[in-house]
Amino acid sequence: MEQRVADPIARQPSALRTHAETIAFVVMVAALMVAPFFTYPLFLMQAMCFALFACAFNLLIGYVGLLSFGHALYFGWASYLAAYSAKAWGFPPELAILTGTATAAVCGLVAGSLAIRRQGIYFAMITLALAQMMYFFALQAKFTGGEDGIQAVPRGLLFGIIDLRNEVAMYIVVLVIFLAGFLFIYRIIHSPFGEVLKAIRENETRAISLGYKTDRYKLVAFVLSATLAGVAGATKAIVLQLASLTDVNWPMSGEVVLMTLVGGLGTIFGPVVGSFVILLMQYKLAPVGEWVLVIQGVIFVACVLLFRRGVIGELANWLRIKL
Amino acid sequence: MFEIFGIPSTALFGQLLIGLINGSFYALLSLGLAVIFGMLNIINFSHGAQYMLGAFAAYLLLQYSGLGYWPALIVAPVLVGITGMIVERLMLQWLYKLDHLYGLLLTFGLALIIEGVARNYFGSAGLPYTVPESLRGGQNLGFMFLPNYRAWVIVASLTICFGTWFVIERTRLGANLRAATENPTLVRAFGINVPRMITLTYGFGVALAAFAGVMAAPVYNVSPQMGSELIIVVFAVVVIGGMGSILGAIITGFGLGVIEGLTKVFFPEASNTVIFVIMAIVLLVRPAGLFGRRT
Amino acid sequence: MKRTIGLTALAVMLACGTASAQQVNVKIGVLSDMSSLYSDIGGAGSTAAAKLAIADFTKANPNVKVELISGDHQNKPDIGSQLANQWYDVDKVDLIIDTPNSGVALAVSQITTTKNKIFIVSGAAASDLTGPKCNANTIHWTYDTWMLANGTGKALVKTGGDTWFFLTADYAFGHALERDTAAAVEKNGGKVLGKVRHPLNTNDFSSFLLQAQASKAKIIGLANAGGDTINAIKSGAEFGIVKGGQKFAGLLVFASDVNALGLATAQGLTLTETWYWDLNDANRAWTKRWQAERGAAGKFPTMVQAGVYSGITHYLKAVVALKSAADGKAVVAQMKNTPTDDALFGKGTIRADGRKLHPAYLLEVKAPSESKYPGDFYKVRATIPADEAFRPLKEGNCPLVSG
Repeated sequence: MEQRVADPIARQPSALRTHAETIAFVVMVAALMVAPFFTYPLFLMQAMCFALFACAFNLLIGYVGLLSFGHALYFGWASYLAAYSAKAWGFPPELAILTGTATAAVCGLVAGSLAIRRQGIYFAMITLALAQMMYFFALQAKFTGGEDGIQAVPRGLLFGIIDLRNEVAMYIVVLVIFLAGFLFIYRIIHSPFGEVLKAIRENETRAISLGYKTDRYKLVAFVLSATLAGVAGATKAIVLQLASLTDVNWPMSGEVVLMTLVGGLGTIFGPVVGSFVILLMQYKLAPVGEWVLVIQGVIFVACVLLFRRGVIGELANWLRIKL
Repeated sequence: MFEIFGIPSTALFGQLLIGLINGSFYALLSLGLAVIFGMLNIINFSHGAQYMLGAFAAYLLLQYSGLGYWPALIVAPVLVGITGMIVERLMLQWLYKLDHLYGLLLTFGLALIIEGVARNYFGSAGLPYTVPESLRGGQNLGFMFLPNYRAWVIVASLTICFGTWFVIERTRLGANLRAATENPTLVRAFGINVPRMITLTYGFGVALAAFAGVMAAPVYNVSPQMGSELIIVVFAVVVIGGMGSILGAIITGFGLGVIEGLTKVFFPEASNTVIFVIMAIVLLVRPAGLFGRRT
Repeated sequence: MKRTIGLTALAVMLACGTASAQQVNVKIGVLSDMSSLYSDIGGAGSTAAAKLAIADFTKANPNVKVELISGDHQNKPDIGSQLANQWYDVDKVDLIIDTPNSGVALAVSQITTTKNKIFIVSGAAASDLTGPKCNANTIHWTYDTWMLANGTGKALVKTGGDTWFFLTADYAFGHALERDTAAAVEKNGGKVLGKVRHPLNTNDFSSFLLQAQASKAKIIGLANAGGDTINAIKSGAEFGIVKGGQKFAGLLVFASDVNALGLATAQGLTLTETWYWDLNDANRAWTKRWQAERGAAGKFPTMVQAGVYSGITHYLKAVVALKSAADGKAVVAQMKNTPTDDALFGKGTIRADGRKLHPAYLLEVKAPSESKYPGDFYKVRATIPADEAFRPLKEGNCPLVSG
């Protein structure tokens, strides 16, 4: 794939270059801690959920080279189950999020074991087909509330003590979930397991001939990605107190591709930046109304023609560092 | 009269015929997609938007230059085809060597732009367009009333589809085209202008979409979102048929129209979803689609 | 313009001294679908209507300063609720109005009541907004599913359309429309012969129409909206449904849909609306102004857009009476206590459950030969008085009323 950041960097280490990722991480955490004082916190919380979603998606496309066009399935179904368990069964938020995440993991296991048998565009199409089938199920099932969705989901008390109706508490919880997810993905990518994934991305046949059971690696990566997408979806349901059909339909799968692409495929920080950019656009452009679609389209085209590496990919390339 | 699963057989014939008519649209659209993918290796996501442009062009031609349905059937595809060629020259030609993903994303962006602009100028509710005088009315077939226009849709679609298939698979021009995608350098050595050929091919594929759009204008709502609602289904048709297989796209288009038609009788709620079920099954059993070549 | 209003207000204040005119500041947000499916029903047309309402009101009450913002919920409940939250918290919006799409409207209604602001629904149809999900901060202005179903269903049965077949969008609003209409039909002695539920955004209706044709029902009820309704009617004309003696009843059809169909295709379609631009001189005069404000001479305002005008007018009156917009519940209570009166909807009232009451009109689409000028869409077949048009208070199960 195109966006591989040039490797010669490794040969000329400098403080900035060797610690680029650490520095970027510190900057990101600092920014997210300061941001609520300047920006609307609810927006930031939602953006972090999408950022985690995009990071999870990027784990597949950026590091295994698999384009899933059905990630809305895990995101959306996790948010339904989290919302439903919190509202109808009175689950506390931590259990609700766990329920949602588990749902996504199971869906990911089933869908993944079917989809990883195919590659390239066929892989994308199977994931799309499965996601649309589950969308249909969401539309038909009584508990999802049809196009009205599940509304007025209680945020509840975290661990029975922390009242999440408090925006500060909610913000901290989301921040912690996001950072934990982010670091987890970072760990995966830099583990021996991650190295095998990258080997599969570069040349699957060679990986097989080296004795790796690549299907098993791909499946694990798929399930991890689906599960993390589930964490994001479940958290979003609690934050926005809402789960709706939008989250399971295919345009959502397209949106996460857009976020990742804008930020930079296969970069650690790319999806985060990408999702913030896209969400910011959606809200800043909301008053412009009629032109939203056109502007989004122009950004798509510009990204593909001019900034194929995405914001972070281009930046990293320019600074000759790894991000 | 006998019954099949509780549905009178005569009614079932009617439904099969209607399925075939809808299949005509799928076949026309997926044919264009298959030609573009087969020859350019581009997954043309803006196909739905270009289909919509065809219908809008028909409306505008009628409104501003008084050109009715029949001239529009030629003029609109040519106009939209030319815009397609401009797009190919300006943007798509830079993407041929890259992963499929980038072509898909670029054309997806284009689709958003086209749809957004159309909505800004014409609103979302849609535009009126009626069936041409000469095709009004219909035939009573005994088991159903077949509007003349629908009969014309089947005939036109079959003609165009098999004409295209014939040109690409059975003529010298088609042979050159196929050779150019296999090995452009070699074909160029024979003195054939490969880039121009590719541009024309894209223009032709887009014109097919616009043609389907004009065909659809009298019977479906002419609105900016008419294409985006259809594109995913047509995509599925192409994948089931086997990416790039012309014959596959045509047969699958008609076949899925029929299956969808039957679903509308037995389980109407699922009529939009059945295509995805079939796609999943086909891809699991036959990885390269029904008519695709394994690469 | 904002500045001029401010300056006038200032001038008036200086002129009057501090004696009578106490300045009241209000901020209104039009939350609508600006870019997709419903943007012709509400959208920029609603913003234009809001501007007219504000201009008219501040001319008469210069001590009120109104600021207007608008936003696009893109038909996504999460974007809608995010915007509503942000408007209330950060932008200090006092009133959100319009909001087509029931899912978004229900979400915004929830948020509005927790923040004690005001929400006037003009665009959404769900009768649940004044039913089980009603609250003390929401007013449902223009129409709802019960009223549409009852108006069209009852009237058609009474004029002989006593057997029905439904084409229903497989969505909550479609189900609600079908349920309410079927109830109205059966209550008035009609019969439902069958129904078919189709997915949202179905391209081709011919298959469903054949089923409807086979049922031999006199009326084919279209419990769907927008593109689906248009596609169904278009195919219906082609398959000779109307010529064969069956009739379409559009349960949720707007003037913009009729325009998209063209009269040749839509003629004979029966529907119910609460406002029609060509109904009287006041409406026609307002429509001219609306077209100028909207910058679209060929477009005609829908009842949703007229409802935005009417709703804002009544809201501002209540704010002036209370001299403050701060307490949402108080303003809504004030709005319910005073009868409504404006140029477009005339005199009316708001019920305890938040339902605005006004007459509804049973309309029939004219044939092309009967239509004399652009926008001349309908014949008025009947007027349904305000007290019959909407669901009786006690049948709604609104907790505000029972509990």
